[in-house]
Amino acid sequence: MTSDTETAHASTVDSSTTVLASVRARPAVGWALLGSEISVLFRRKRTWAMLLALAAVPILIALAVRLTESNPTSPGRGPAFLSQITNNGLFVAATGLVVCVPLFLPLTVGVVAGDTIAGEASAGTLRYLLIAPASRLRLLAVKYIGAAAFSLAATLVVAISGTLIGIALFPIGPVTLLSGDTIGVGESFVRSLLVAAFITVSLLGLSAIGLFFSTLTDVPVGAMAATIVLAVVSQVLDNLPQLVWLQPYLFSHYWLSFADLLRQPIAWDSFGANAILQGAYLLIFAALAYGRFSSKDILS
Amino acid sequence: MTEAAAWSGLAIETRGLTKRFGRQAAVKDVDLEVPRGAVFGFLGPNGSGKTTTIRMLLGLAAPTSGEARVLGHEMPREGGRVLPRVGALVEGPGFYPYLSGTGNLHRLDSADRYAIGRTRGARVEHALDRVGLGSAATKKVKAYSLGMKQRLGIANALLTPRELLVLDEPTNGLDPQGTREVRSLIRSLAAEGTTVFVSSHLLAEIEQICTHAAIMSAGSLVAQGTLDELREVGRPRVRLLTPDVALAAPVLRTFGMAVESHDSAPEASADGREIIAILGDDSIEPDAVVAALVAAKVRVRGFAVERTSLEDRFVALTGEGFNVDQ
Ligand SMILES: Nc1ncnc2c1ncn2[C@@H]1O[C@H](COP(=O)(O)OP(=O)(O)OP(=O)(O)O)[C@@H](O)[C@H]1O
Ligand SMILES: [Mg+2]
Repeated sequence: MTSDTETAHASTVDSSTTVLASVRARPAVGWALLGSEISVLFRRKRTWAMLLALAAVPILIALAVRLTESNPTSPGRGPAFLSQITNNGLFVAATGLVVCVPLFLPLTVGVVAGDTIAGEASAGTLRYLLIAPASRLRLLAVKYIGAAAFSLAATLVVAISGTLIGIALFPIGPVTLLSGDTIGVGESFVRSLLVAAFITVSLLGLSAIGLFFSTLTDVPVGAMAATIVLAVVSQVLDNLPQLVWLQPYLFSHYWLSFADLLRQPIAWDSFGANAILQGAYLLIFAALAYGRFSSKDILS
Repeated sequence: MTEAAAWSGLAIETRGLTKRFGRQAAVKDVDLEVPRGAVFGFLGPNGSGKTTTIRMLLGLAAPTSGEARVLGHEMPREGGRVLPRVGALVEGPGFYPYLSGTGNLHRLDSADRYAIGRTRGARVEHALDRVGLGSAATKKVKAYSLGMKQRLGIANALLTPRELLVLDEPTNGLDPQGTREVRSLIRSLAAEGTTVFVSSHLLAEIEQICTHAAIMSAGSLVAQGTLDELREVGRPRVRLLTPDVALAAPVLRTFGMAVESHDSAPEASADGREIIAILGDDSIEPDAVVAALVAAKVRVRGFAVERTSLEDRFVALTGEGFNVDQ
């Protein structure tokens, strides 16, 4: 940084037509592009629309429960935790996540991850990023981190909106876990964050798949649709008894296992197995994406 | 000859550069030589391979065979080192419609690891002013006109001082004032020492601003050199109007001129006929030719020495046809 400042002083004084220190002698690490990616992603109206839609899911659930409180649903019907909401508003967040994990979260993550490269190609900005130049590896890394950041934001939005609406509409108290133990309100917030972390990790493999699909086409909608369809197919296969041997390798296999974090003591096994599985998907699909993208002719 | 000596200090140099799309060769065997400091016009009809060549120069597409050097570095391998010194507009502008002009330039500048972040705002503003977009800087690009987007594309190429500018049809979509501004911008950049490589099919434009040019036709490079060299490949011609064709032809031949046409000249009239002869030798004085014609009792009603225009050369090299060659 100090050397920049010196060049700046050296060159601003030598001319009346503002000559600015514009280039450094040695390249920076390249965080600026990551900052730009995150800020462009989260300033986009489409991103906001998706986050708002996700925030609405627990709100709608809470409202539905509140309005039908007089005739409660029989236990066992509806998503897990639903029947507990009337006793304790802190269960709204968990219910919202259970509802969002199979479809709404993969849908929004598929849109963001499928758009990463193909969206730039279709806007014509890919060629300008590459000649700026952003190296192809750096661009892929930045795009992937952006998709992962969206997964985290999306999960947190559901958890936070669920918690707030739960506090607003229902009584709050110590939470009874699946194991029968009871934890305090503060501890329950920690558990909510753990669940959000679990779900974010669960979406890392899907983000990598979306990134790879995105390098295959210049049509973002195609990459988005392929990613979302694959998420649905994976969950269907996970439910076919004939495919038990395959199921531990499906990227959606542990998506609903976050319930294990709601036991006392916490059962970390599924968290670890999920992290390893998602890491493997990330490695494989990031390598495929790089293999495709590094040698691709950019003709968009 | 060593490898280092083989590659001279040209701004752009290609050898046998070829790109195939399936069976079609979009660019074949192109040997470009763009000297440093030149304003180099890259001419060719639609589909002749200009943009494809530029994509290979910038490392966006890999050549099928052959090699390209930009500022002395091999492309696409050394793109990371060369491209920060190159500003480019490729096949029209490409921007995020939901960001402002300023937002777009910030975004693209942040991708360049050599650009200093601290001066980004000021540099963006300066580049926008240079292309006359200062007042539309905060407008979303989706509300820009075609010409405004084109100007923004040029501004993007000027974010940092560049050694080489590659501009693919920079005046496409610009109004007459915009076209003039771009011409004077190119001139002033060239005066600062920037090499400018500009593709176009507007010959008049190239003739006005370029020092050098190359002509592409159906993927092949058919001519390149300084503008004067290109015009002179066709020798200067003498155009003579006279009723005494039979007398005049032998006189012209004594000067070593090849008499090209007379009988079928469309201008044939009562006044005489037109003879076109190729001036074989630059040292021949036109005055002496006229004096000799008059001495031989040839009635000279018109006499002119013409040089071929770039347009004549262009048409001669790329064909008269309107259809795109494949
Ligand atoms: N992505 C592609 N796939 C297949 N063929 C292509 C592709 N891009 C270009 N071509 C072909 O390559 C040839 C050269 O195209 P190019 O875009 O380089 O022409 P150009 O000289 O830039 O034309 P223009 O003046 O219209 O911009 C054309 O015949 C075109 O059909
Ligand atoms: Mg073109």
